[in-house]
Amino acid sequence: MFKSLRNSQAAALSLMVAVLLVIWYIGALWLNSDLLINGYERRNIDWNFSQLVADAYSMQRPLLPTPDQIGAELYKSIFDTRIDSKRSLVFHAGITLSSTLLGFALGGLLGILLAVGIVHNRTLERSLMPWVITSQTIPILAIAPMIIVVLGALNFTGVLPKAIISMYLSFFPVTIGMVKGLRAPDKLHMELLATYSANTTQLFWKLRWPSALPYLFASLKIAIAAALVGAIVGELPTGAQGGLGARLLSGSYYGQTVQIWAALIVAAVLGASLVALVGVLERRINRRMGIAA
Amino acid sequence: MNTLALNRLLIIAAGALSLILSLFITAADGAIYQQQPIWLALIPLLLLGGWFAMSLLTDLGEQAAPGLARRALNLAVPALFAGLLLALWQLIVTGFGVPQVLLPAPSTIGATFFAQLQTLAQDFAQTWLKAVLAGWLIGCGSGFIVALLIDRSPFLQKGLLPIGNIMSSIPIVGIAPIMVMWFGFDWESKAAVVVVMTFFPMLVNTLAGLHASDHLHLNLLHTYAGNRRQTLWYVQLPAALPFIFNALKLNSTLALIGAIVAEFFGTPIVGMGFRISTEVGRMNMDMVWATILVAALAGSISYGLLALLERKLTFWHPSTRSAG
Repeated sequence: MFKSLRNSQAAALSLMVAVLLVIWYIGALWLNSDLLINGYERRNIDWNFSQLVADAYSMQRPLLPTPDQIGAELYKSIFDTRIDSKRSLVFHAGITLSSTLLGFALGGLLGILLAVGIVHNRTLERSLMPWVITSQTIPILAIAPMIIVVLGALNFTGVLPKAIISMYLSFFPVTIGMVKGLRAPDKLHMELLATYSANTTQLFWKLRWPSALPYLFASLKIAIAAALVGAIVGELPTGAQGGLGARLLSGSYYGQTVQIWAALIVAAVLGASLVALVGVLERRINRRMGIAA
Repeated sequence: MNTLALNRLLIIAAGALSLILSLFITAADGAIYQQQPIWLALIPLLLLGGWFAMSLLTDLGEQAAPGLARRALNLAVPALFAGLLLALWQLIVTGFGVPQVLLPAPSTIGATFFAQLQTLAQDFAQTWLKAVLAGWLIGCGSGFIVALLIDRSPFLQKGLLPIGNIMSSIPIVGIAPIMVMWFGFDWESKAAVVVVMTFFPMLVNTLAGLHASDHLHLNLLHTYAGNRRQTLWYVQLPAALPFIFNALKLNSTLALIGAIVAEFFGTPIVGMGFRISTEVGRMNMDMVWATILVAALAGSISYGLLALLERKLTFWHPSTRSAG
């Protein structure tokens, strides 16, 4: 029985999560107690350890909030507020999600187009490929807020500017993956199609595209996570307009740590579920195409 | 055949000529394209010339014997492409009189870059030499060490790997405000963000690399009665190097992003993120773009150096060998 427990994924994962939670609670006590002890001494209050623990776990603006405080804030801002209210995290997550998805769609499309061009034209490959790679060593996220501000000055606000940043981040993995994927077909298959005198279009749709699909989905999983990061960072300077990034920034301005953590958790859940969604789509399409997954 | 080559050269020459002419016209007279749109006709011509030049260089590069000439030709194609892009940017910005605030011309950015070299160097020292380097070293180092420690424990791996994978889909830059709150405004908080951002990619990649060693090689070490340390040093680590370098390169970009974004949440009055956010506020776009140029150079150069080191250390790997 013990051996089977040792080998189970669920047991390992839940043990790890439990350990992390314990560390979290100890860390919260440790980080928050400094502030509290200072306060006690200033007001000349006698304090003992149990009181310190109780206070450390129920501070208004703790240095590190406990998971149950974050959970309470999450519950309050998801279920107890109307969805169209500015206090609702669902409202902010919706804003972030819309620009993430638009940017992801644009980036995926651009990535695929670039890859198709690169695979079919040697000059394009030689001239574009080095810059596609270089483009990612440029910390575009760092200038994302600037792009937003500049476009905002042009009266060009809303979803699109943020989506452009998401697009820039998400096209790269798609291009790299698809160039690899479109070149993945077996040499024998390519020669078979050549003996059928298939033209480039037929070769593309009947052989290159299907064999590139596994690569496409692997890339799309990376791309959608990157698109979410782009959308969130793009929201940092647009404080008033909402979105998870704006929520992070306002939380940091007003020292609302619980609010920051709640927004972070929502972002994490959003990211994980978007990646999982692409995974589900991948399995469906694989099944329809007869690839056993 | 010969006439075809001659035609090609003619088109390239026409493209080069129209490029020079366009640059000359736009430099002499601001917003010329709005007054005399006829000059716009030169732009397709120069693009066509550029395209023909690039395809000519590609062909030459493929025909050339392997060696210095071939390498130079292969570099010339992307260089020409970038030059063309820059020229187009310059022409459109000066030709249409695009306001400075919106998009400065490359020539303006270059001038600002050299004029403000000292400020830019201070920002670079604050952000890159302190926060990025320290965070990158600590993050990659601890990720590597933890991977070595849990390599032999399937139980810990089963617990940590899913967490590592989930972390890769989470926007970790979001912890920046929290880190600023914990570690203060100076570079330590930025380094902390970088540590968290770089730790998990390194952990996941190193673990994957340690498992990538050939079974035959492991068995061989076993027959030599190699102990754990020797197995690690002679078989597992060399096999893991490509994976480790992948993570190092990925992290070098992530680290720069993390440090700059963290500076948006509070800094002393120096640093690249600080410079970007304040100069945007003052609408000094040329300075912003000069800072971006520094960031781009820093990112590309560190990536390039790591790639070079990878080539030196993994000379045996197929992907390095095939590149010649």
